[in-house]
Amino acid sequence: MLNVGKIEEGFVLDHIKAGQSLSIYHHLQLDKLDHTVAIIKNAKSEKMGKKDILKVECDIEELNLDVLAVIDKNITVNVIKDGEIVDKKELTLPKEIKHIFKCKNPRCITSIEQELPHIFFLADEDEGVYRCRYCEEKFDKRRLVQ
Amino acid sequence: MQEKTVRHLMNPLDFTVEELDKLFDLADDIERDPAKYSKVCEGKKLATCFYEPSTRTRLSFEAAMLNLGGEVLGFSEASSSSASKGESVSDTIRVVSCYADICAMRHPKEGAAYVAASKSRIPVINAGDGGHQHPTQTLTDLLTIRSLKGSLSGFTIGLCGDLKFGRTVHSLINALSRYNDIEFVFISPEELRVPDYITDMLDSKGISYSEVISLEDVIGKLDILYMTRVQRERFFNEEDYVRLKDFYILTKDKMDKAGKDMLVLHPLPRVNEISVEIDDDPRAAYFKQAQYGVYVRMALILTLLGIEV
Repeated sequence: MLNVGKIEEGFVLDHIKAGQSLSIYHHLQLDKLDHTVAIIKNAKSEKMGKKDILKVECDIEELNLDVLAVIDKNITVNVIKDGEIVDKKELTLPKEIKHIFKCKNPRCITSIEQELPHIFFLADEDEGVYRCRYCEEKFDKRRLVQ
Repeated sequence: MQEKTVRHLMNPLDFTVEELDKLFDLADDIERDPAKYSKVCEGKKLATCFYEPSTRTRLSFEAAMLNLGGEVLGFSEASSSSASKGESVSDTIRVVSCYADICAMRHPKEGAAYVAASKSRIPVINAGDGGHQHPTQTLTDLLTIRSLKGSLSGFTIGLCGDLKFGRTVHSLINALSRYNDIEFVFISPEELRVPDYITDMLDSKGISYSEVISLEDVIGKLDILYMTRVQRERFFNEEDYVRLKDFYILTKDKMDKAGKDMLVLHPLPRVNEISVEIDDDPRAAYFKQAQYGVYVRMALILTLLGIEV
């Protein structure tokens, strides 16, 4: 069995659907940060059969995890401080998502004005539907797992 | 000192039903006594920033401001604006804010007016942003119905033609769904049916509607018939356009089956979906609708500028 060491401060994202960890790595923009990250794929899980786990060593104030709720509300977020779990974060859908997803509507103003921030707002909380702040095109969640 | 909040119009639903009532009351008063309003905007300027040609909407806005005693400046296509040099909408509106008191903007891209409003020091009216919103057309439709039917509640409205791509239709259905006791009849070929998100919205509000293909079968029970044009620019395939463009043509024969008080509305321009022989029928209200468009834009300019008469 593979062993990945404890982290002192940061997050352990558990119960990620098997195969989704890389997508989450990109959506959290971890590739742009200089943190130690462990990506564990296809770990055994009693509940899920197989699951992915992400461990991120970072200042817990530094990372914005809003997007996780949009990807999968069932991901468990363990907050680690001094090597111990100090909190389990409940994921709630953010009212607005900024700078993470791009609007793909070719008729949207963001398609020609590159400097505009890409913003999606929560249009339907029950269904978890997000729409582009400018053109109101529905965000296609299938893009999240690509 | 706290800055005054600037109000814009992006979507017909930006105004509550009560606010719309007030706006339409003002438009009614303008219709009754236009002279009373002929100088109320003296010294004020409307900028018409039209990044794509639209004779009708632009002229209606310009007529509205001129009727109020104000002045008009602007451009009528992107090539005659600094957009052709690559200027962003945000920069353009910041500059226009220095020249004018209010701006009406049309742009082929969806959300352009929203971008302008977010950077503007003056009220911005969305005069059409691609296939997204065209709120002043909806306000025009509502005022026309209220003026000619006496109320925005308690009628059966048939919407006929391109119900899939027609933004005026979607916007009108959304706006009417806030009033009571309205029944919708959607008349379209299978390929141009009203989108699911509209029927889902009606279902969730418990509003009754039906979908049919034949206009003749239902025309007799309608209080209002809203005709639309099948727009060539919405089709990727010329063959589909040619097949569907003549699907509905409102003729005298069909009008003979309609009630004597049924109103015929159309956002204009029409191509051939309403035969010209109908134009003199007292039930044909589409040219009156254009006149109501001026009244409602006058009322809107006054409301957004905060001018009370």
